[in-house]
Amino acid sequence: MRATGELKIELGRRYRFAAAHRLHSAGLSDAENSRLYGKCNNPLGHGHNYVVEISVSGNVDPATGMIANLADLDGFVQSEVLDAFDHRSLNDEVPAFRDEVPTTENLCIEIFRRVRAFPLAKLERVRVEETANNSFEYAGD
Amino acid sequence: MTRKIEFSASHRYDNPAFSAEENRRVFGKCNNPHGHGHNYTLEVTVAGEPDPVTGMVLDLSELKKILEREVMARMDHRHLNLEVPELAGKIPTCENVARVIWDLLEPKITQGALHRVRLYESADLFADCYRDGTNGNGLARGPRG
Repeated sequence: MRATGELKIELGRRYRFAAAHRLHSAGLSDAENSRLYGKCNNPLGHGHNYVVEISVSGNVDPATGMIANLADLDGFVQSEVLDAFDHRSLNDEVPAFRDEVPTTENLCIEIFRRVRAFPLAKLERVRVEETANNSFEYAGD
Repeated sequence: MTRKIEFSASHRYDNPAFSAEENRRVFGKCNNPHGHGHNYTLEVTVAGEPDPVTGMVLDLSELKKILEREVMARMDHRHLNLEVPELAGKIPTCENVARVIWDLLEPKITQGALHRVRLYESADLFADCYRDGTNGNGLARGPRG
């Protein structure tokens, strides 16, 4: 019954940012956009308090007891994600969303793409809460 | 099935092989010689097939007893560096404490199997421990997955 796989340890860290967005697809007519996205299609946009949960794995360094120093992970996420997204318009200020609809699914993928470059641990998963009741997860290809 | 418990403990990050300056640089505030503490939240997930008679994977009261004995009695209102022998010589980070809890619980859970240990040091920092291949950290697979 007991699994015999190697023991894995992950570190999970939660961050917050607030941003505006509008869901609108260039591939659809205005009427279709309005029908599909409803209130989220408001041309003036709206916003959310997002929570981003980052999970990384790796060997726990016996000298520090850590997979990666939290200060390094926090600094990386701050400069690569939070500085770019917090109190901004995702549609207008994040290049990836000039062509893609800034749904939280796509936001997960974009954050994964950015944090994957963290050199000190392996990124396992990005989970984003758009509200306390809606969350999305992406674990790479 | 997942059971959540909370305990409070103090700890300090300090590697005797490092200089005082190095310890401060690597561990920051967590190196304070007087220690500091957290309210930890532990989520223990046990996976298995429900017993055909009881409908349970593992009797919850049994799991509560195991957690009381192995975790609460050892760690609640204790200094993790000084009072928990399993952590002697280790830096009591979230990663290491989760690993110690895994090692304490895994042999004690004989109905079903320990699937995941998630230890929150604060609402925004946690460590997960699971066996590779069990999908311990994703959506549950079928019972034989």
